[in-house]
Amino acid sequence: MVWTKKDLLGLEYLSREEIELILSTADSFKEVSTREIKKVPALRGKTVVNLFYEPSTRTRVSFEVAAKRLSADVINIATETSSVRKGETLIDTGKNIQALNADIIVMRHNCSGAAHMLARSLDISVVNGGDGWHEHPTQALLDIFTLKEKLGRIEGLNVSIVGDIAHSRVARSNIWGLTKLGGNVTVCAPKMLIPDGIEKMGVKITNNIESALKNADAVNVLRMQFERDEKDAFPKQLEYFREFGITKERLNKSAKKIIVMHPGPINRGIEMSSDVADGDNSVILEQVTNGIAVRMAVLFLVAQANERRKNETVD
Amino acid sequence: MKLLIKDARIISPADKLDQIADILIDGSKILKIGKNIKAGAPKIIDAANKIAVPGLIDMHVHLREPGREDKETVQSGTLAAAKGGVTSVLAMPNTDPAMDSAGNIKLLKDIIQKTANVNVFICGAITKERKGKELVDIAALKKSGALAISEDGNSVDDDNVMFSAFKAAKKAGVPVICHCEDLSLSAGGVINAGFYSTKLGLRGISRESEYKRVSRDINLAKKSGSHIHIAHVSSKESIELIAEAKKTGVNITAETAPHYFTLDESAVEGFDTNMKMNPPLRRKEDLLALRGALKEGIIDIIASDHAPHTENEKEIEFERAAFGVIGLETLLAVSYTELVKTKILDWPQLLMKLTVNPARVLGLKKGLVKEGEDADIAIVSPETEWVVEKEFFLSKSKNSPFINKKLFGLVEYTICKGSIVYSKG
Ligand SMILES: [Zn+2]
Repeated sequence: MVWTKKDLLGLEYLSREEIELILSTADSFKEVSTREIKKVPALRGKTVVNLFYEPSTRTRVSFEVAAKRLSADVINIATETSSVRKGETLIDTGKNIQALNADIIVMRHNCSGAAHMLARSLDISVVNGGDGWHEHPTQALLDIFTLKEKLGRIEGLNVSIVGDIAHSRVARSNIWGLTKLGGNVTVCAPKMLIPDGIEKMGVKITNNIESALKNADAVNVLRMQFERDEKDAFPKQLEYFREFGITKERLNKSAKKIIVMHPGPINRGIEMSSDVADGDNSVILEQVTNGIAVRMAVLFLVAQANERRKNETVD
Repeated sequence: MKLLIKDARIISPADKLDQIADILIDGSKILKIGKNIKAGAPKIIDAANKIAVPGLIDMHVHLREPGREDKETVQSGTLAAAKGGVTSVLAMPNTDPAMDSAGNIKLLKDIIQKTANVNVFICGAITKERKGKELVDIAALKKSGALAISEDGNSVDDDNVMFSAFKAAKKAGVPVICHCEDLSLSAGGVINAGFYSTKLGLRGISRESEYKRVSRDINLAKKSGSHIHIAHVSSKESIELIAEAKKTGVNITAETAPHYFTLDESAVEGFDTNMKMNPPLRRKEDLLALRGALKEGIIDIIASDHAPHTENEKEIEFERAAFGVIGLETLLAVSYTELVKTKILDWPQLLMKLTVNPARVLGLKKGLVKEGEDADIAIVSPETEWVVEKEFFLSKSKNSPFINKKLFGLVEYTICKGSIVYSKG
């Protein structure tokens, strides 16, 4: 299996083999972060631009650390967006970055599909660092990597995703990734946060947290964003915790030890209780560590594929 | 000036004409139709193996002039029309200024007189500045030449204003063309609400936002006795409401556009902004229902809803991109490929929807190839296969959802009022 894609736009567009290749590559990079000198020369001389139209310290720092451990030069661009931006278009911005001879753009954007548009217009690699409500592939890859590390496989595992499914790119990417690898996914949320037709993505739906946890091997808990404009669509925070919050008590009802994941940052006492967040079911901090290895793998693979592609066109 | 078209298969459904013959044009009129016409015409078109049809009448076109001449002008839009075999267009009123007064209509008429390549008819607005509040003087608009009224691009939210519009239109004798959209249900949406909006993480526009408004407008039209014409029908439920209204004797007609019976919501995968229009591409089920409704005559007309936008407004994030696609140049070929080649309609039935029926709705003595009538004719080679390329378009804008699509039927010549306004060359 050779990775051939110039970009990483989402897990929907990857085959099972491609996902497995990223995971195995991440596996080999994980050890780098434990060395005394945490660096390999894989991307020496390459430039990675973090283009963030939406603030996200976690994802940005994780990509930055990943790129630096591969010896790449990193430039961070944070651009404030208003709903209607005047001036330079996204494609213009991308072409300018390309003209600086950058090699990879990691982009976070509040519009679904923005990474697709950029990737189509550029010759350099584009890595989707989260686009609107659409996909957040590296988050899902690190979730899957962590699960696999803990349980040895994805095939046949029962994973429940709990929270705001409708507006979650993390949920969509996880659904694509887990189902492609043979996992069984259940989504659990209040009715108004389950979007139309999501069952066609190959998942089961429940509005009941107990049934979501009943046979689960792992639960991936999403961040609730009560600050959203659609206030009426959301139950009150405490009510949410009462109905959907992950507590020790709820976890203990299960026969298995359920792994608890969260993409962060956690609202303690809303999505889960503190004793769960800090307890021994939680792999939340391991997710952060694994995020670096996974992002190293992605940056490495797209850069390599693009290098190969360029050489082929020269011939 | 005489022009002779030799050996064409002439199809003019209004007179049930379908035969191979010659057409002799003198000045702006058709002088004679018959076999082996001998005339000393200075220009002869050999139309053997081609068909001669009435010039298309596209009753839903945005020419963007005055106001957005960077997207389209009367000149560029009518060049595009001619290339598509369209000899008459109805220009929608959402210009800047809007077509809400006799003065603004006069302004546009002057531009048309100076620059149009085909017949351009004008649709007036329903309310002043298209704000949905204050009714225009419909009688005055009609007097200055508006053939219909419409708020297209918007729907009039206020029931009372809309009811008054229907009553005034009835009095003035003009049809009301309704863009049906309940904004309280569609606001913020960019594609059809359903599986694809879920999968792509884009905000949805429900079918309900269309058919709820179709239902309201039919009720108001019924009470007023006015002629209601539903624009760009996209959903199954809207079709059912229109069918029901027709049965109960409401004076109602309806149109759809080629993209709605050709493409479904899955075309939005990959976030191509040329697939973004309002109403949005719907489900496969709706697409099939539209084909059925065209066959059964529930939908009377095919119009392009030609909506040009510059690259600056389309080559941006999907959620921010403008709604709308161009369609004049592909109207005939897409309709032929998707409806006639698939045996849903035959040529005469298709031409009813592209010529005769829009002429009836607008009260035009057009849409026929007949001695003594206007020589508005398109000559088409029906079996020519071609692929739509961006470079093909004469429109100032290139936002077509059919780029790269393989089509049958190519317009070879377009004749408008006796003059050749387009030839493939
Ligand atoms: Zn409209």
